[in-house]
Amino acid sequence: MTFMKKPKVRHPGLRKNELGLTRRDYEGSLSTLCAGCGHDSISAAIIEACFELDLPAHRLAKLSGIGCSSKTPTYFLNQSHGFNSVHGRMPSIATGANLANRDLIYLGVSGDGDTASIGLGQFCHAMRRRVNMIYIVENNGTYGLTKGQFSATSDRASKSKKGEANLFEAIDLCTLAIHLGAGFVARGFSGDKAGLVPLIKAAFHYKGFAFLDIVSPCVTFNDHAASTKSYDYVRAHNEAMDRLDLVPEREEIIAEPEEGKTVTVRMHDGSLMRLHKLDDSYDPRDSEAALTTLRKRYAKGQVVTGLLYIDDEDADLHTLLNTTAEPLNAVPMSDLCPGNAELAKINKSLR
Amino acid sequence: MKRINDFVVKFANVNGSGSASANLLFAKSLFRMGLGVVPKNIFPSNIQGLPTWYEVRVTQADRRARRGGVDIMVAMNPQTYARDLAEIVQDGYLIYDSSLPRPFPREDINVLGIPIARMCADAYLNPRERQLFKNVVYVGALTALLDMDFKVVKQAVRDRFKGKAKLVDPNIEALKMGRNYAFKHFKCPLPVRVKPGKARKDRIMITGNEAAALGCVYAGATVAAWYPITPSTTVAEAFERHAKGMRIDKDGARQVAVVQAEDELAAIGMVIGAAWNGARAFTATSGPGISLMGEFLGLAYFAEVPFVLVNVQRGGPSTGMPTRTQQSDITTCAYASHGDTKHVLLFPGDPKECFELTADAFDLAERLQTPVIVMSDLDLGMNEWVCGPLEWDDARVHDRGKVLDAQALDAGPEFQRYGDVDGDAIPYRTLPGTHPSKGAFFTRGSSHDTYAAYTEDGRVNAENLDRLTRKFATAAKLVPKAVIRKSSQTSKLGIINFGSTQAAVREACDLLARDGYKLNAMRLRAFPFGREVAKFAAAHDRIFVVEQNRDAQMRSLLITEAGIPAEKLVSVLNYDGMPLTPGWVRREIAASIESDKSVAAAMQLSVRAM
Repeated sequence: MTFMKKPKVRHPGLRKNELGLTRRDYEGSLSTLCAGCGHDSISAAIIEACFELDLPAHRLAKLSGIGCSSKTPTYFLNQSHGFNSVHGRMPSIATGANLANRDLIYLGVSGDGDTASIGLGQFCHAMRRRVNMIYIVENNGTYGLTKGQFSATSDRASKSKKGEANLFEAIDLCTLAIHLGAGFVARGFSGDKAGLVPLIKAAFHYKGFAFLDIVSPCVTFNDHAASTKSYDYVRAHNEAMDRLDLVPEREEIIAEPEEGKTVTVRMHDGSLMRLHKLDDSYDPRDSEAALTTLRKRYAKGQVVTGLLYIDDEDADLHTLLNTTAEPLNAVPMSDLCPGNAELAKINKSLR
Repeated sequence: MKRINDFVVKFANVNGSGSASANLLFAKSLFRMGLGVVPKNIFPSNIQGLPTWYEVRVTQADRRARRGGVDIMVAMNPQTYARDLAEIVQDGYLIYDSSLPRPFPREDINVLGIPIARMCADAYLNPRERQLFKNVVYVGALTALLDMDFKVVKQAVRDRFKGKAKLVDPNIEALKMGRNYAFKHFKCPLPVRVKPGKARKDRIMITGNEAAALGCVYAGATVAAWYPITPSTTVAEAFERHAKGMRIDKDGARQVAVVQAEDELAAIGMVIGAAWNGARAFTATSGPGISLMGEFLGLAYFAEVPFVLVNVQRGGPSTGMPTRTQQSDITTCAYASHGDTKHVLLFPGDPKECFELTADAFDLAERLQTPVIVMSDLDLGMNEWVCGPLEWDDARVHDRGKVLDAQALDAGPEFQRYGDVDGDAIPYRTLPGTHPSKGAFFTRGSSHDTYAAYTEDGRVNAENLDRLTRKFATAAKLVPKAVIRKSSQTSKLGIINFGSTQAAVREACDLLARDGYKLNAMRLRAFPFGREVAKFAAAHDRIFVVEQNRDAQMRSLLITEAGIPAEKLVSVLNYDGMPLTPGWVRREIAASIESDKSVAAAMQLSVRAM
């Protein structure tokens, strides 16, 4: 149904951002997902975050693999170039795109099948390479497009709509991400827009691999009583670790943070991120503590949300490869092609 | 047996013993003496311990193929001693390490024993040196036996160890040790020997992989992603080595990104991502990697993303013979991926063409907005070849194809990513980030309309597929033409070949002409085929198609894609993993022609009898 165009009606009273754009300017085509799908809420949160951050949409590239989640980039940011690649391979496309032009913003959208099964390898390697991108998994614990098979993030013993129990352990993507070098690891819930938008905004400010695992119920195949990825289950078991505030670089800081309750992290672009801790004992800069918390809370059946881990090391893939500051796709041919005189020297060395 | 500047020396070694460097020194010295040399490294899929051979054909004329047969065998490997001995031609020479006794079952060869291990044990204390210098000692003996110019050899050592001066003198001393032993114990030089040659001074000695890597540098590739696999690994490594030196900005940062990917799927994915974003990007792989890259090749074909893939073919199927040569990925590359897909293939015939066609591949890929696969092979890619110097026309403008910038988007009509505006079926593209409100599109592998929007309308999808067919017809006009070499205006006999078999086929044609069989030759350089291919076929009645695979893959392609009648095309197939010899090609073709004649004569007889 994506060929259906949304009417371009604009209400004159719509609020505009610094670029003079309204929220409508960040929208995409009409969603073809099921009514009530968590993924549509995530698309709405992305639109809200981009609007509030005054992002020029054409400087963002949206990439995805295959599956319900991977369809969603069509439903936001119409002015951005998109790449709907093949199943599980979005990370390599994003890595290459980023190598070619380091100046764009890369937003990858994937699902639990696309990331935790067929694409697990590429997901891991993109993290250890510190590709500067936002990687969102719209995690519903099921294969929606093929009608309800378990995915690798389905919790053990949770049941399918047909009543079958899942035999296998779930892969916890946040744990994996912390282990493998993602510098920004967060979990959100599609039903909690107030918590989600600041997480997405903070991820846009992060230089490096920012991972967001967003629990996003599948209303058609995995929203029943025996599911641990249903709206009801996640609402009942959600444990938020913190609330985020972003203080842009240009804004003056007025209120002093409450001692012990707030963690302030300076982002690469100079803005500050304020974490208001809901659990005093938790420090998201400590990866060991983050891993322990994830494991302990999971054992209690809780779904931990919020910014779980942040590493403020200022190095992405380009830093590691020592590539030039100019985007590689803009380096003039005169710099790239060494010319015949250089070739004559090479010939000489081959005699 | 007197043979001057026309013989074959073969070294039988143990892998990992340091022989490769000494053997290359031998070949390089002869090359510098103005001779033709054809070195072939026949190596195992192993790092240490298995048998390995290095064969050098020495020629006066400009010959580039293996000859077959061994005139001088340097038998340093006890494991293969018996079979190495059996390979020597009658009246040929065996050079062996006489430190330990060996049996000599043949009386028709000349035996030259040198106590190499004992000499090295006496001269060196360090076990590693005792091993390494054994190789240099036999090269030293050969300099005396073959009457090589010792000054040239010494200079080759100095160049080899440039920057490691400490190694120069010990190597020259080891050479002298072998050389003096030969002078003292044998009648030097042998009847088989060299005289300085008169080859052109501008020739170079280079591997196809090194040349292809330079092609990528000169084409302006900025992103390379690859996964290690023999025999393509050195393409990426050579690219990185050259680019590191030549692509440094004023702050010392690199104007290139080379990533060793986690597998071939990721390698080609990164290349597609980079190419979509406007960088010139490539990957290099071999058979198993091609199989893995299939899905992404289909995406790039259908989404029309331009990049270059260098396929250095090896022996298949499956893991096959990773260190042997074949041309057996023709079908799989021409049609790689599910659904109706077709890819542009280029077939370089020597390292000079590896350089030229790889550079051309980037222009073609961006002009046509499709992947272009350079079809090299292990023989071409990993062996040193003597060829003309690499040349670059500084006036050449890289063809970046149809890319709209912000100005063009503002000036032009409504942008359609997959519209055929110019009638050549090649659409226009835009790069991400170009314009705030125009030209953004959604690249996808699912069926799409001219605006790149998803469609399930079968007619729209069929129209797009038809445009891609027309685009492939445009490709046939742009790819490098086949090279035709006529030996007779009237002959109805033809021969078609491609890639590294060129060296053997060319020499075989000369031999066949001497035998009275005049064949006109056509060397294919690209798929899709240009019009000259069908024209050549129409002008000949019987055409031999020489290829290094079992299933006559190129012949099938010629039948289905160029419409050449199957009965005209006679296969000459080799798939033992070794580079072809002209003698083999000559025998196969002569036998086929003679059997045709006898069939024709028999038919004549039976007609008369009736």
